Amino acid sequence: MMSACNLMKAIQMYDFYLYDLNLFLDTHPNDRNALARFNEIKERRKKAYEAYTKNYGPITAVQNNSDEHFYWTDDPWPWERGAN
Amino acid sequence: MWSYEKKLQYPVNIKNPNPRLAQLIITQLGGPDGETGAAMRYLSQRYSMPYGKVKATLTDIATEELGHMEMISAIVYQLTRNLSIEQIKESGFDKYFVDHTTGIYPIAASGMPFSAATFQSTGDVITDLTEDLAAEQKARTTYDNILRLVDDNDVKDPIRFLRQRELVHFQRFGEGLRIAQDNLNSKNFYAFNPAFDKISSKK
Repeated sequence: MMSACNLMKAIQMYDFYLYDLNLFLDTHPNDRNALARFNEIKERRKKAYEAYTKNYGPITAVQNNSDEHFYWTDDPWPWERGAN
Repeated sequence: MWSYEKKLQYPVNIKNPNPRLAQLIITQLGGPDGETGAAMRYLSQRYSMPYGKVKATLTDIATEELGHMEMISAIVYQLTRNLSIEQIKESGFDKYFVDHTTGIYPIAASGMPFSAATFQSTGDVITDLTEDLAAEQKARTTYDNILRLVDDNDVKDPIRFLRQRELVHFQRFGEGLRIAQDNLNSKNFYAFNPAFDKISSKK
């Protein structure tokens, strides 16, 4: 099991990778190489999100998976030192 | 971090363009009690909020307000479709048109461009939340006035939805203020700012 910190780093990396491809695809919507990379990173990103949200809490509110507590409201928040 | 969802929070489908009305409704985009000010206010304030539940409330309501900017912009956009120069002149829309054509630009109904001077972020928990309660009521009043000025049901329907959200936000901020007050200790009877005056807010 990866630590919360390492999983968050992986998520930030995949999200940024995907987003930068997103920007490229905005102006090149038929580029098959970029689309293949986009789909590949999308899968890796999904796995990282699943591992993080299952063990360390939601990144978006709808990822909260408890019948007892809304972990979304728990500290720390991303702007706090050491929490991002 | 934010990401965009390619949908409106509530549908906007307006059959009849009405540039005169667009000039009134745009005040909820760029006016003193509009959605842009609301979003910027809550996004700015959340950094000095010490309580998770209220950090969540500010973050979530601010995010919803960004969606409301989009709804107001969609209403203004649809109200200014396919205009002839005659319609532009007759409706008084020419004063907006000369600078912005039919682009969307955040201004008040008076023509005053959006300004951060319409809101505060004081870094004081009680002060900020009290401003937020007032802000939601002021936006509700503006929606009430818009509803008094509009006949078109295609416009009234999404405006009524936005008005109702102001009431829900007022309720949630009231609860947020209560949470903040419950966290003030018994020595902090005069509500010194718990985000800054650490000694008086010690648990």
